[in-house]
Amino acid sequence: MAEVTWGLATSHVPSIGAAMDRGKTDDPNWKALFDGYAPARAWLAEHRPDVAIVVYNDHANGIDLDFIPTFGLGTAERYEVADEGFGRRPVPDVLGHPELSFHLVESLVDEGFDLTVFQELAVDHGFTVPLSVWTPDPGDAWPCPVIPLLVNVIQYPQPTAARCYALGQALGRAIRSYPEDLTVGVLGTGGMSHQLAGTRAGFINPDFDSMWMQAIETDPARLAAMSREELIRQAGSEGIELIMWLVMRGAMDERITKVHSDYFVPASNTAAGIALFDNRPPSA
Amino acid sequence: MTHRPGTPPVRERGEARAMGTGAGAGRLDLPGTPIFDGDTSRRGLRMNKLFMSLRDAANRERFLADEAAYCREFGLSEQQEEAVLARDWQAMIDLGGSIFYVYKLAMMDGRSMQYLGGVFTGMGEEDFLAAMRAGGRRDG
Repeated sequence: MAEVTWGLATSHVPSIGAAMDRGKTDDPNWKALFDGYAPARAWLAEHRPDVAIVVYNDHANGIDLDFIPTFGLGTAERYEVADEGFGRRPVPDVLGHPELSFHLVESLVDEGFDLTVFQELAVDHGFTVPLSVWTPDPGDAWPCPVIPLLVNVIQYPQPTAARCYALGQALGRAIRSYPEDLTVGVLGTGGMSHQLAGTRAGFINPDFDSMWMQAIETDPARLAAMSREELIRQAGSEGIELIMWLVMRGAMDERITKVHSDYFVPASNTAAGIALFDNRPPSA
Repeated sequence: MTHRPGTPPVRERGEARAMGTGAGAGRLDLPGTPIFDGDTSRRGLRMNKLFMSLRDAANRERFLADEAAYCREFGLSEQQEEAVLARDWQAMIDLGGSIFYVYKLAMMDGRSMQYLGGVFTGMGEEDFLAAMRAGGRRDG
């Protein structure tokens, strides 16, 4: 049977990828962010899973406003890296794992989560930046096949935090019911607090982010109880992306072990957070 | 459409209701916070489609050759066309633009998200960037 071995929550701000692509990680405006990634990267390099699932949202690159799936799952063998308008990031295309994808779709639909199926999808920074946070120098290929799980966080109404958490729990069950012995890493991406438009642009809420960082580990049900309004009020209109961390968290066990976390302001206009959790029992 | 820095986003409907997680909830109304909801998206769809098209280099070339004609091709309203031609970023948001789509045009112009933040807040890019580097902006 397959098992979730770790969960990684991380912001997916495009400028983090751009800083890496342009060799600016030692720049004074960026160095502390990347120093904060180092312990997580070192641990992850020692714990390569067989497959990873990236929970993310597209930003007008792989999909547009013609179709707005609330939840979607990729079932492709390969995902091309999107050209977002300034040339594609110099990172490898992504190999998928269609067998696990189709198993997840079937299992999740049977549980009442009617996901949209993507047989073809170009993945944007929402997907590739978290992979770069995990693996800064992938060479010709990412460490393992990766499956995209899309969440609509751009157009209201976004799914509720509670629904994201429940989807994560169903995802965990779906992974555990896969017959093959696979280790799986789950990445929940986006956040932390930020707002891009309006007179409130530039809003950052470190107290809320600190609460969220703690509760995602120890009390995710508290976060899942928050309304959209509360999330937008506390975390900013784009900070609502944090609901995607709850999909990751739901797929993990009730008790998890924090490996590392860090917090940095600003990555572009955003509070950038990273949190890595080991899902194996402490004795393992 | 005129833009006054510091003015909250335009609402087409006067009545805003508090929103919960329950069914049938109304619009969110948070000060200084544009909410990209279905109504906004419907108003902005053609303009957002234009922005989406700018990912493609050939389309960017065609747009730059005759911006007004390109806007008409996508069926923008007169106000939307004016906002695009004048690079009135606040008006584009007010007229249904999604920030992630509007940003495609900004990128084409070589403008950063900090520049846009400077416009939306009325602070200007430099002060906005300084505020972010000082830890970001707070409510109140």
